[in-house]
Amino acid sequence: MSVRLRIIAAIKQIAEEQKVKLPPLTDDLTLHETGFDSLAFAILVARLEDDLGVDPFTLSAEVTFPNTIGDFIRAYENVPA
Amino acid sequence: MSPREVFALRDHLGTALTERTISDPRHAVSLSDVSRGCCLGGRGDELNGRSVLIATSGQLLAGLALIAIDGIAGRMLLCPPDLKAEHLASIMSDAEIDAVVTDQPARFSGCVDALIIPLELPRPAAKSAQTVRATEWLMLTSGTSGVPKIVGHTLEGLCGAIIGDRPVPGEAIPVWATFYDIRRYGGLQIFLRAIVGGGSMVLSDPGEALADHIARLNARGVTHISGTPSHWRKLLMSGSAEQFAPRYVRLSGEIADQAVLDGLKQAFPQASIGHAYASTEAGVGFAVNDGLEGFPATLLGEGRGAVDMKVVDGSLRIRSRRAAHAYVGPDAAALTDADGYVDTGDMVELRGDRYYFVGRRNGIINVGGLKVHPEEIEAVINGHPEVRMSRAKSRRSPITGGIVVAEVVLTADNDPARADTVRHEILAECRARLALHKVPAMIRFVPALDVTPAGKLARTDA
Repeated sequence: MSVRLRIIAAIKQIAEEQKVKLPPLTDDLTLHETGFDSLAFAILVARLEDDLGVDPFTLSAEVTFPNTIGDFIRAYENVPA
Repeated sequence: MSPREVFALRDHLGTALTERTISDPRHAVSLSDVSRGCCLGGRGDELNGRSVLIATSGQLLAGLALIAIDGIAGRMLLCPPDLKAEHLASIMSDAEIDAVVTDQPARFSGCVDALIIPLELPRPAAKSAQTVRATEWLMLTSGTSGVPKIVGHTLEGLCGAIIGDRPVPGEAIPVWATFYDIRRYGGLQIFLRAIVGGGSMVLSDPGEALADHIARLNARGVTHISGTPSHWRKLLMSGSAEQFAPRYVRLSGEIADQAVLDGLKQAFPQASIGHAYASTEAGVGFAVNDGLEGFPATLLGEGRGAVDMKVVDGSLRIRSRRAAHAYVGPDAAALTDADGYVDTGDMVELRGDRYYFVGRRNGIINVGGLKVHPEEIEAVINGHPEVRMSRAKSRRSPITGGIVVAEVVLTADNDPARADTVRHEILAECRARLALHKVPAMIRFVPALDVTPAGKLARTDA
């Protein structure tokens, strides 16, 4: 499974657990519009760290937290292996 | 006997001394040998009025030293087994130690200012020691970080909860045991119950496998035993409980949740099972013997017995003659507030007519500014029938500072193929009973969880 698909799957799983009704996940959807609160994002980032072995948001002080789903996924795709 | 009526531990040994013993895996010493002998090579008098450190490699010699020195020394500081070497010097200085009683004299060869007296198993003595004063008993707190605090007790305060425990003549001698180390408050309570209450004492040993320990408890005929919920969960998990049938089972030192109480009731159907609240500072607070977790709200209040209790800002406060009288040392903080209450730092919550312990104030996990006690999450997880023990902890998060994750130990007979199902059932129960930020974001199954030398679940990151 690609990084993108794994991220989408993790988002859907957490939405179900947190009882969040997700809109269609498009690249230009803002993270705010997902309906996720900071706890849901914290869980997402932690699970992805376990799944993908990386947490791009604590890796570097220069990384700013993304605005959209597309930015969020790219943050993981662009991490040097 | 002293001018004023002062009683020391040696004056409380009671009767049937030949039949009663203090034992560990290697030795059994009868109380008649303790009473007639000397473990200080005849040099006990040299400790008169001194501030004595008791530093031993094992519990047996520590217990013998307590009986030998109480009523002679001005104060005695009982060194716990896990005291870090770097804390020893400051503790000795704060307690103004000027004598050391030890079976490890090499450890103190640098202490030129202190009198070092070697400790050994008792040998027949020409004359028996006489109580000349009320000795101050010093113990160390078991906090996991920083220098332990020195807490001052008296024998009278330490024995305050031991009332009417003397065996009825003709009845079998009670044989006490504890998973604790007697150099800690919880273990010392049991040692004193055995000695003052007319019983025998079977000591634990860190090098001994649990199955061997239980076999030894059986061989010695142990009737009364105490430990932390973590100790008991380990025993229940081991399968060794089947060969063991104590009459009296007590839990203290950690929160006794319903799951561990029910587990013990099932394992020991004939036994009286109860949990007690005690701390090194506050002493023995109360015992709960109705088989339920938490304690009745009616225990709170003043003037209804030896112990006054109240809840302020969510934490349990205790005022009691069994409490320590002070922290000891030149820079020691006050032990009690202006009204004489000790703030235990144990947080409680009123639900219906009962208070429930929710955790330690300083163990709180912060999830995006919301406070979470790991213990309240563990209590829910431990309620699953296939869970033996669990640990909730904080995992660092770039977004909320921390999130809750949990490690879970399944029961011995658990089918590994059910792990995913169990995970979902645990999470469903957590979601039903806890606020969302308290539900573990991740659950990891582990074969075992560390327990500290003090018998408590290790919480390195809390």
